[in-house]
Amino acid sequence: MTETQQNGTTIFKEVTIMSERFTKSMARNIFYGGSLFFVLVFLGMTLDTQRKLPKRDHRENITEQVAHGKRIWEENDCVGCHSLLGEGAYFAPELGNVYPRRGGPFIKAWMQAMPTNTPGRRQMPQFNLSEEELDAIVAFLKWTSEINTANWPPNKEG
Amino acid sequence: MKYASQAVAKPYFIFAIMLFVGQILFGLIIGMQYVIGDFLFPEIPFNVARMVHTNLLIVWLLFGFMGASYFLVPEESETELYSPLLAKILFWVFAAAGVATILGYLLVPYARLAEMTGNDLLPTMGREFLEQPTITKIGIVIVCLGFLFNIVMTVLKGRKTVVTMILIMGLAGLSLLFLFSFVNPDNLVLDKFYWWWVVHLWVEGVWELILASILAFILIKTTGVDREIIEKWLYVIIAMALITGIIGTGHHYFWIGTPEYWQLWGSIFSAMEPIPFFMMTVYAFNIYNQRKREHPNKAAVLWALGTSVMAFLGAGVWGFLHTLAPVNYYTHGTQITAAHGHMAFYGAYVMIVLAIISYAMPLIRGKAAANSNQAQVWEMWSFWLMTVSMVFITLFLTGAGILQTWLQRVSDTPMSFMATQDQLQIFYWLREIAGAVFLIGLVVYLISFFIKGDEEASA
Repeated sequence: MTETQQNGTTIFKEVTIMSERFTKSMARNIFYGGSLFFVLVFLGMTLDTQRKLPKRDHRENITEQVAHGKRIWEENDCVGCHSLLGEGAYFAPELGNVYPRRGGPFIKAWMQAMPTNTPGRRQMPQFNLSEEELDAIVAFLKWTSEINTANWPPNKEG
Repeated sequence: MKYASQAVAKPYFIFAIMLFVGQILFGLIIGMQYVIGDFLFPEIPFNVARMVHTNLLIVWLLFGFMGASYFLVPEESETELYSPLLAKILFWVFAAAGVATILGYLLVPYARLAEMTGNDLLPTMGREFLEQPTITKIGIVIVCLGFLFNIVMTVLKGRKTVVTMILIMGLAGLSLLFLFSFVNPDNLVLDKFYWWWVVHLWVEGVWELILASILAFILIKTTGVDREIIEKWLYVIIAMALITGIIGTGHHYFWIGTPEYWQLWGSIFSAMEPIPFFMMTVYAFNIYNQRKREHPNKAAVLWALGTSVMAFLGAGVWGFLHTLAPVNYYTHGTQITAAHGHMAFYGAYVMIVLAIISYAMPLIRGKAAANSNQAQVWEMWSFWLMTVSMVFITLFLTGAGILQTWLQRVSDTPMSFMATQDQLQIFYWLREIAGAVFLIGLVVYLISFFIKGDEEASA
């Protein structure tokens, strides 16, 4: 046995003695007690978040058009390429702040011009949205850009 | 195999591996689209290939968890499965629903799929990882309930062990939290808030219970160490997982409109999330070092020890890298997230499912304890090929993420997203090459099932 192994064995014995005093039922109680406690804390924080959110998400501005825009966003799986407030796929630009970055008319014209068919470049599909649907998407992105996100993203490039 | 009904796990494992192959092929497609933007466009747009890649992962892991449960619960409970027939029926229901959903993604435009499946009646589609049509989600709930019923009834009529209790808590939590996939308010902030109750509370919550209980089962079986010791530390690990992981959800509530106190609480608790993973590594190696026997299934032991290390690196270390709010402010939604996601899922969940398959399949296929040495050599080669290439995938994506963060977020003259992406090409090419090596590892893994070997390893 080398010295390192002996040291290892000594440490192991000490740990064994310590772990014998620490019983399975103590471990079980930590699991149930700890988990339950933090579930309750989390629910409490959720409740508090729910109360504070109206001032941050400006839900009074969620018009029928904004809600319709969100549905179009979902039903074309926009999040499969883009991120929105940093969540989603990382293949295409962040769109949480695309409204202040580009403006409504640009967003609509851009979507209508797709795909670019430039060889080798990433391609965005043509979704064939109506004028009204494009307006709804823009309204949704405008509302999204007005959420209080604690100053994220760091700059306009998203 | 001690109970005949454990064999119902077999189709679950085989189908899981088939979906795994599909997941990797689509991973290579989207990896290629990162460097050759119009690759396979418009036939397979990036978003479609990506949802096939991620959804196949989730579904094959669920098949793996179910197979694992059907295998280990009868053995732990020392009784036959309550209803092998129900398990077989649910297998076909789930497999058919899964295949139909993937075909739906590939064959019709997503908007058309939403229309065909009546998404407007109960809109749940189009959110990351929860892209499945509402009807598929309902199917998943039904399959999970039937599965849980079968497992719980088995445990009730047999021996109750800590391993099965924790497994059931994990599975019940998985099913319960999935119900939040039906919560989709018009308010994006609320949508995102509860979306994480599925995604985060799955992978950094209840799934860890499933992981830890399967790992404990394999350790009990392969090392012969006293169950009391293994179960005691199992409790400690999952206690730490939930104590840190539940409030740790807060690391997703930094920049989505939620109050700013989440930055503090999310940072503190998620900074502690590596602790249970580190304990798991120490636990697995300690128990292995105290082993009372040399189990002939060396491959299964390798997967079990490997998962404890890779989960710590992927979920623990790579999670910690970008979890503190001041860091995350710059890295949020960059390739750093992708790097972490890949190694965490592979290390924690892919490897534990491959570990239980490695342990169970030889027994289900009628071997005494393990495959032949030749077959195990192939399997262990696949372990190293897949694991090392996943390490490189993670390193390359981390490189891409650091450069991206610098150019697009930190710089005084930030570059646009697409201009930044052009600068990351070399990392994306290297990632794709590492991905191809991963595929080779997977092929070696598949071959290992067909290697006979001249001699059965004895128990």
